[in-house]
Amino acid sequence: MKLTDDEKAMRDGAEGPAVAAAMDLLVRYGEALDCERLCDTRNVAGTMTQPSPAKAKLVAEYGWDKAYAVINLDSDEEFEVPGMKVPTCQLQHGFSDDSVGIAPYPKQYVELQSDAESFYGRKGVNILATCTPYQVGNLPVRGEHIAWMESSAVVYANSVLGARTNCEGGASTGAASVTGKIPCWGNHHEENRRGTHLIDVRVPVKSFLDWGMLGYFAGDLVQEERPVIVGDFGQPELVDLKHFGAAAASSGGVEMYHIPGVTPEAPTVEAAFGSAKLPESVHYGQAERRRMYELLNSQGDNTAVDFVLLGCPHASIDQIWRAARALDGRKLKAQLWLMVPRALKVVADRSGYTEIIEKAGGRVLSDSCPAMSRSAPPGTKVFATDSAKQAHYLPAILGIEAWFGTLEDCVNAAVTGRWTGEL
Amino acid sequence: MILLHGRKVVPGIAEGEALVSHETISGWGGIDPAKGVIIERRHELFGVCFTGKILVFPGAKGSSGWSGFFQSTRLAGTAPLAMLFTNITTKVALGAVVTRVPSMTGFDRDPVEVISCGDWVRVDAGAGIVEIKPAE
Repeated sequence: MKLTDDEKAMRDGAEGPAVAAAMDLLVRYGEALDCERLCDTRNVAGTMTQPSPAKAKLVAEYGWDKAYAVINLDSDEEFEVPGMKVPTCQLQHGFSDDSVGIAPYPKQYVELQSDAESFYGRKGVNILATCTPYQVGNLPVRGEHIAWMESSAVVYANSVLGARTNCEGGASTGAASVTGKIPCWGNHHEENRRGTHLIDVRVPVKSFLDWGMLGYFAGDLVQEERPVIVGDFGQPELVDLKHFGAAAASSGGVEMYHIPGVTPEAPTVEAAFGSAKLPESVHYGQAERRRMYELLNSQGDNTAVDFVLLGCPHASIDQIWRAARALDGRKLKAQLWLMVPRALKVVADRSGYTEIIEKAGGRVLSDSCPAMSRSAPPGTKVFATDSAKQAHYLPAILGIEAWFGTLEDCVNAAVTGRWTGEL
Repeated sequence: MILLHGRKVVPGIAEGEALVSHETISGWGGIDPAKGVIIERRHELFGVCFTGKILVFPGAKGSSGWSGFFQSTRLAGTAPLAMLFTNITTKVALGAVVTRVPSMTGFDRDPVEVISCGDWVRVDAGAGIVEIKPAE
């Protein structure tokens, strides 16, 4: 790798041992990618506070500095964690003290995370504690080089915002936060951001459910590559694209897509491909839509639903309001959790939405989700969700059955305890 | 003996039995680091342990937790012996780095097609060579 003078100085210890270790990791990582150089970044979204068995052990034995060295810098050296060199935020993590008594989650993890927040907060880590930092104040601008992890946030940042990031991990974001550097590879380069596959939508895609299924189809089709979506769909909203991207990053590894006329790097379909020569299109029609619905519902046999999960990726304030409207005046048989960013929970509390949801028997929880924390209401065997991502992951993580449908299907299941959703 | 040529991702030498996945692998929600086992229900290797094996696979998929989960296999002592993969992405590159096992990609032939489960494999990542002794 070719390092600039300031990068060489960091590697050689001019800014202390932690920064030197961070630069060493970035060089090893850059060489693994066969990447020539690093680029500057001033926006890092990573994870430091999330509890794990390995972290708990390191903290108990050696303290937080050691945990950061091992997990966030992949270093065996001893040093103190410096302040964050560039703006850095914490993504979603474990359940917090506001979930105690609701989510079965180890008390020692709640305490560990609370300790971590104090430690990292003093270092300048913004505890946004959500998988959707773009909903609560971290909104990079078009063309900005950023270093984010969380696949659903990465695909949103690249595609909807036009910022540039690869799908980073805990160690690369840890190193970026104290150096302001990240390998200039992949999505950081214009030529790697152009479309590779053309998907022609032949069946109307207008709802949140439909955007999730279309995303699941796109990810399954293109895997790591970059779909361009044209055809029969209405104007998507933030939540639709949030769901689309999260789904595409679950069935595949999509980090970038284009919707000509909607997303910023694709004013036209030709611009999306960077060429007038377009690939042959793949149709998404009635049969493909049905196939996605059945695939997402292939991990459920038992219609007795005991848990409903909404808010993956974390709900927008509009989704919280829609859930409140759907639950207003109803009484729930099953447990229902709505996952939200803490900052939006404050707005929901203030607007009275939380009260409506809680009156029905639902819960508005922040910071985490059942998949991140491996935690669902005790005894859950069958869950229902409006999120393609949770339907994809949660059965494996918790060993439970899954149903996927609309917000209304999910609320009905919560009220009756029965899944009756249909396409 | 079959030879594959590729490029180093993480330097080092390892030798052992191959475990080949024809499907991409998820980290978060895809493996249990405590046991070194694939847990994605619909995966062809569901329930199979990769600890101490030369893991051959097309690449990484899913969440950005990939590298963190494979780092945890190193800390838990359940890591694979080496990683050989077809497609490089940031997830699998960083994952290989923090798992600290010899790793290679960029092969002259697709390792997922050439290598079979149970083959004896020697990886010299620094030299860019993989030697394969097919299982009887």
